[in-house]
Amino acid sequence: MRRVVVVGAGPAGRAAAAATAAHGVEVVLVDSAPKLGGQYDRQDTRESGDRFALPSGVEYLPDSVVWAVEPAPGGHRVHVRTGPADSPERAGRALETRALVLATGAYDRSLPFPGWDLPGVYTAGAAQALAKSQGIAVGDRVIVAGTGPFLLPVATVLCSVGARVVAILEANDPVTGWMKRPGGAVAGWGKFGELARYSVLLGHHHVPMVRRSAVIAANGTDRLEAVIASRLDHDWNPVAHTERRFEVDAVAIGFGFTPQLELAVAARCDIEGGFVAVNAAQATSVPGVFAAGEITGIGGAELATHEGTIAGTAAAKLLGARVRVPFRAMRHVRSGRRFAAALQSAYPVRPGWKGWLRDDTLVCRCEEVPYGELRRAVGGLDIGGVRSLKLATRAGLGLCQGRVCGRNVAELAGLADAADGFSRRPVAAPVRLGELAEDTPVESER
Amino acid sequence: MRVRVDGEEFVAEPGETVAAVLRGSGRDAWRTTRIEGRPRGLFCGIGVCFDCLVVVNGVRDVRACLRLVADGDDIRSQGWEEVPS
Repeated sequence: MRRVVVVGAGPAGRAAAAATAAHGVEVVLVDSAPKLGGQYDRQDTRESGDRFALPSGVEYLPDSVVWAVEPAPGGHRVHVRTGPADSPERAGRALETRALVLATGAYDRSLPFPGWDLPGVYTAGAAQALAKSQGIAVGDRVIVAGTGPFLLPVATVLCSVGARVVAILEANDPVTGWMKRPGGAVAGWGKFGELARYSVLLGHHHVPMVRRSAVIAANGTDRLEAVIASRLDHDWNPVAHTERRFEVDAVAIGFGFTPQLELAVAARCDIEGGFVAVNAAQATSVPGVFAAGEITGIGGAELATHEGTIAGTAAAKLLGARVRVPFRAMRHVRSGRRFAAALQSAYPVRPGWKGWLRDDTLVCRCEEVPYGELRRAVGGLDIGGVRSLKLATRAGLGLCQGRVCGRNVAELAGLADAADGFSRRPVAAPVRLGELAEDTPVESER
Repeated sequence: MRVRVDGEEFVAEPGETVAAVLRGSGRDAWRTTRIEGRPRGLFCGIGVCFDCLVVVNGVRDVRACLRLVADGDDIRSQGWEEVPS
């Protein structure tokens, strides 16, 4: 039996599965969450039913994590564990496919600052996920800080679950940022309507948005009690005498997104500028592997959906289906990419954040490596790559394997382009030794 | 559904995550770090950071943000000496 395997059930993965099925080709859609949606369309797991429907011909595997991808004759073998998160009792499957679509998405980038390891400091994505899937507000009085348009929906959803959002601190100055690329802004005009709607909602809740400001420290002994915010100059250096203390019980931080690259790196796809390189058919550099959504560049749900449609169609074609060229989706992808590039230049991470650190500020949360120790370890050493950086400093060697700190410590150590280095993990998701030892039958394509 | 958190009984509803139950029990931290013994709870909320690890039914290193509770679950905070394996 010929089939396409799609990893990830966010906007890109769902569109890819639907496009494949529309061409009469069987498809398995694998996703780690209990419900369809991914991060952007996350659903409340306490409610019954599903907001999204999949066409027939899609075999949907919820609660299923892909922990490895390896080459197999004519294609790839995808290793899946299905069951409750991190349970040793999950069931294993190994699916072989000639057409693999990776739509693994992205997670928040966070920047370190003194006190960011205190309970009460969350990523913006955590605040959103808890609100959407559990109806929980991360705090009663919350500050949302970082950069990018994603801060607005996070603040909005926090208000909807009863939090008082004290302020949104945007580290960049987006108005001047957008003026540099008016073409990109026009290409994403629909998005401005969405942002305007959030702004109106936040206006109703009296949430002020402060530009060129950031949380540069969190105070508290065993949990967050207050944050220190500061005005920033263009490069994000704190402006002297502009510090202000906010008593809050939670802060949600988001400085853009990091793509979830493990499976693409494991499949040996070319990575360019931190993202999976694809052509106009969403094909990666590896035959039989397609990529769609945020792993090919941060551009939002709409762009991801169109990329998914193209990838699913191309995958169906590879398996011999007669396909209609998805011209409409391809047109949307071209304009969407211009918008994404404009987004990138309006909301960059600027180098001044390094000045927020003190010697005792943890740069790696898992291995508890403070900034001073990292600096001493790196000083005088010839750190040529991610591996030496990890071994010399312990940063990125812990539980999260550098998912949180990787880009930051690489920047602090002066390593350029470390994205794929920190994503090189033969075991892409945690599995227990017993699960590894288990003999899983391989489901080949024929 | 009934679950236990560090020995104390709580009511939970289907579809709740372990993290939601822990928060509902008044906790915002439930792991202690290995080196400095510092409290940790939720940070990324989506399974990336591994800060929210707990012991569920005797099995260590379960991400509380991802795991949905099941009736009768025995949830325990993970101490510094219980080094993740």
